[in-house]
Amino acid sequence: MNRVLTFFNETGLITQFAARYFRELVKRPFEFKELLRQCYLLGNKSLFLVVVTGFIMGIVLTLQTRPTMIEFGAEAYMPSMIGIAVVREIGPMITALICAGKIGSGIGAELGSMRVTEQIDAMEVSGINPFKYLVVTRITAMTLMLPLLVIASDTISLFGSFLIENMKGDVSWTLYFSKVFEVLEFGDLIPSIIKSFFFGFAIGLVGCYKGYYSKKGTAGVGKAANSAVVLSSLLLFVFDFVAVLITDIFYEL
Amino acid sequence: MIEQTAIETPSVYTDSTDELLIDIRDLRKSFGKNAVLKGFNLQLHSRENLVIIGRSGSGKSVLLKCIVRLERPDSGLLNVLGRDVPSLNQTEMDLLRADVGFLFQGSALYDSMTVRENLEFPLRRHPEKLRDIDIEQLVLEALDSVGLVYAVDLMPEELSGGMKKRVALARTIILRPKIILYDEPSSGLDPITAKEIIKLILDIQEKYNTASLIITHDMDFARIIANRMVILVDGINYAEGSYAALNNSDDPKIKAFFK
Repeated sequence: MNRVLTFFNETGLITQFAARYFRELVKRPFEFKELLRQCYLLGNKSLFLVVVTGFIMGIVLTLQTRPTMIEFGAEAYMPSMIGIAVVREIGPMITALICAGKIGSGIGAELGSMRVTEQIDAMEVSGINPFKYLVVTRITAMTLMLPLLVIASDTISLFGSFLIENMKGDVSWTLYFSKVFEVLEFGDLIPSIIKSFFFGFAIGLVGCYKGYYSKKGTAGVGKAANSAVVLSSLLLFVFDFVAVLITDIFYEL
Repeated sequence: MIEQTAIETPSVYTDSTDELLIDIRDLRKSFGKNAVLKGFNLQLHSRENLVIIGRSGSGKSVLLKCIVRLERPDSGLLNVLGRDVPSLNQTEMDLLRADVGFLFQGSALYDSMTVRENLEFPLRRHPEKLRDIDIEQLVLEALDSVGLVYAVDLMPEELSGGMKKRVALARTIILRPKIILYDEPSSGLDPITAKEIIKLILDIQEKYNTASLIITHDMDFARIIANRMVILVDGINYAEGSYAALNNSDDPKIKAFFK
């Protein structure tokens, strides 16, 4: 019973936190400089990790599915299948999970340690709104950067997949990508990008919430970082489930 | 031991002409069932150094946090610079906070910023405090007051504990507050550095004409700096007076602090 109450309590508090984010987002003064700095820190500094995992993901996916496709005599469909799988689902989800691990925990630990060392209180007593400076900028930066990271990851994934197809099946660059774009439509790209915005928002929101309300002490910081990853990963799957349900309705129309 | 002869006790004492800066009456604050402040009273006048002593967990820091509304009191009058703190809206509170400096126990420097950025940060968000004065000039002047101009481009991690405290003090005075609240200013410092901090606090008070409300456990510190002392016991201002008067008290609860 206690766990159920805690769950609803936590859900309510996160919803309140999200509502405060939207209220503060449109209020002056706007922290553009800090927003740009966060975009650089969260986006640019995650790019390498996202690109490397995307590349490996493309290679692995192709290597794993190729033998089965050959068995059914359907190897000509490899580029189309990989293209749809990567763009619609695997690219956004894997990139978001990596960012939840790297960025979500980073935000949780950073804000948590600022809370513990009274830096957030120091901002507040200087007449500065710490929520606006620390939380609004980070959530916004994460929401804007994740779709870009997903696009980068998808591109590199397809490139990795092409390398395997080229080596094993002698498929040319032009043939591979013309096959990919033959089946990919805006109906695949747009929902994927839209859900990436939500994924980014979820990662930023949970990381900031856990860090901002971190309990005192070093254990509190560790717990904030850890629960930021766990909760944001869980939220990603929930958001993905809802996104797929909604997209499916549009596909059937 | 801090030698009293090394630093002169401030000569400013409260008289009837001094302005009342903080007026607290019957202040109450609880956390769940734990009542921390149970009707606390306090008046702070301009140019005064008021020291509050009390046991750990007696509610001294909570009192300071109530004054700047980091904590909201449950009931009672809390008037700072003529404004009723609990009823102020956020904008009014932010303006009031610019007039009330707060030196945190752990310094609370922003560790992702250099010393210069730490000092510029509150200034840039309070343009009303600038009045055609160059930010760079204000930063250097504040650092000069604490003798750390050379550290302007260092990161907080490169500073010692005493230097961090001095930078935090510079950040506090940069907005020219009328009141400075000090939360354990000498904690974690060696006696020599603590003595430097006392001198700095007195110099700053003289230079900027500020009033100070100081929480400390360090009785030597209190002896040198206090014009008046308040002993916080069981959530109330149990005793009040000069260091000498309280030191001569026969009350065992008061004597316990002076052993």
